[in-house]
Amino acid sequence: MENWRDNKLVAAILIVPASAWILIFFTLPLVIVWVFSFGERGPQGQTFLAFTLDNYARALELIHLGILWKSIWTAAITTLICFILGFPLALGVAFAPARYKNLLLLLVILPFWTNLLIRTYAWIAVLRTRGFLNFGLEWVHGKLDALFSLVKLPDVMGTFQPLALLYNHSAVIIGLVYVALPFLVLPIYATLEKLDRSLMEASLDLGAGQWRTMAFVTIPLAFPGILSGLMLVFILSLGTYLTPVLLGGTDSMMIGNLIAQEFGPARDWPFGSALSFLLLYITFIILWIRAVVARRSKGVSY
Amino acid sequence: MKKARPTPLEYTRKRWFQLVMLFNFIFLYFPIVALVAFSFNNSRRNITWNGFTFKYYVKAFHNESLFDAFLNSLIVAGISTVVSTILGAMLGLALYRFKFPAKNAFDGWIHLPIIIPEICMGVAMLAFFSRLNITLGLFTITVSHIAFSLPFVAVVVRARMAGFDHSLEEAARDLGANQWQTFKDVTLPYMMPGVVAGALLALTLSLDDFVITFFTSGPGSTTLPIKIFSMVRFSVTPEVNAASTVLIVITLILSVGTMVIQARGGKDKGLPI
Repeated sequence: MENWRDNKLVAAILIVPASAWILIFFTLPLVIVWVFSFGERGPQGQTFLAFTLDNYARALELIHLGILWKSIWTAAITTLICFILGFPLALGVAFAPARYKNLLLLLVILPFWTNLLIRTYAWIAVLRTRGFLNFGLEWVHGKLDALFSLVKLPDVMGTFQPLALLYNHSAVIIGLVYVALPFLVLPIYATLEKLDRSLMEASLDLGAGQWRTMAFVTIPLAFPGILSGLMLVFILSLGTYLTPVLLGGTDSMMIGNLIAQEFGPARDWPFGSALSFLLLYITFIILWIRAVVARRSKGVSY
Repeated sequence: MKKARPTPLEYTRKRWFQLVMLFNFIFLYFPIVALVAFSFNNSRRNITWNGFTFKYYVKAFHNESLFDAFLNSLIVAGISTVVSTILGAMLGLALYRFKFPAKNAFDGWIHLPIIIPEICMGVAMLAFFSRLNITLGLFTITVSHIAFSLPFVAVVVRARMAGFDHSLEEAARDLGANQWQTFKDVTLPYMMPGVVAGALLALTLSLDDFVITFFTSGPGSTTLPIKIFSMVRFSVTPEVNAASTVLIVITLILSVGTMVIQARGGKDKGLPI
């Protein structure tokens, strides 16, 4: 690698434009929000610069803390479900025969490229009262009903009541898992792919079963990738805005929605800014943990 | 001939494992496939199959505000792609080529737009533009899109350059080429698949973005995702399915194109994202 001092002009031409753009149109806006978070809201919803910690104190009031807490456990559950579903998928793709591997990888990546809004909207059609899932259940119900009346059982089934699958927090979690799954599978796949398989084979040869090998060899070796995937999913779900809006009910508000509300209808930008930075700080802590762990477990890069 | 029993690491040849993977893929694809299929369904109720039709595509096409939103998306994505590709490619090249003080910190900073929650960036852009009294519109959307696409392009280009043989540049210099000639005739041709892949990625990101656009768009500057959002909030209609399908197909072509270009580049490092 060249030292920038040896070629100052070229280094400057290459670096300055992009850095300036990020500085002005990304960092500066964040700084403004940071400054706003210490400001005061005027009677008409204006933002006055000040130095007060009231906005942060308000963010930690019980009602808002509840929303923050809900966001955190929603993100945690989403991450857990993604891992349960995604780890076998990543393992399957990584250990698939060479001729299927690229196809399987493509199948994992394609939904990831599809529009977030559309992927979320697709679930409305699946989950709503007259959606595909209820339609399928009704069909099964009808068949069972016919079967029971055939064997002269009393009417045990009753009439079909569509399940309320949409506009509640379970729907939000389903939507989040759906959107985030590829973010978990890809980093785990990348580490499993590079893993030295002879270590797993050695463990199996030496008498450890599949589960023990998985728990004590494969997972520890793939840990940086796994952690990377888990944290990506967690960050993504924690800061979600769209999924609760489209799939959630009245009780599904998460921190992203609260921020949007303060910047939108509520017009309390200082409070919204404080919430926004609270979310950012949590994100930074997670990234910092990841960086620390990555530094400790050098060797397996991802 | 009987097939050999699966060896312990051939997970994909185990029946129960295949079932787990099948479940995953059904979960990943069922909603999208259903959405696309029912955009061709000749029924407003959108639940039972009533025969094939294109009429909702025709309807969506003649829906003026939907079409305007589509044009807006194309304008924003076009400009954003050109600018973010040029700036991002330069940055990616610089990160590959130079070492400078505090490079790790710089690296972390430049990649922040990729990792911070979109909602935080969205409201920050809103606060920024309103503080500067800039009216929200296509301009503000485009500026924001460039800011979040640029780092992605830099990542892709830098990954591409990681496989570059630096001695080729030295040879060119030894043979009398100046810096610019060396760049144009040696470095750039190698870099190109990365640049194209980065551009396609930037295009997809811009066409797809909802959250940041939502906070930086004004009344007359609706993009396709914003328009689809305002339609789906009220009801599920076949027109929305048709419009969504169009967007899915566009991103599908772009993403497969990106992957093909990256795969052809050979010696690729990292993930095709």
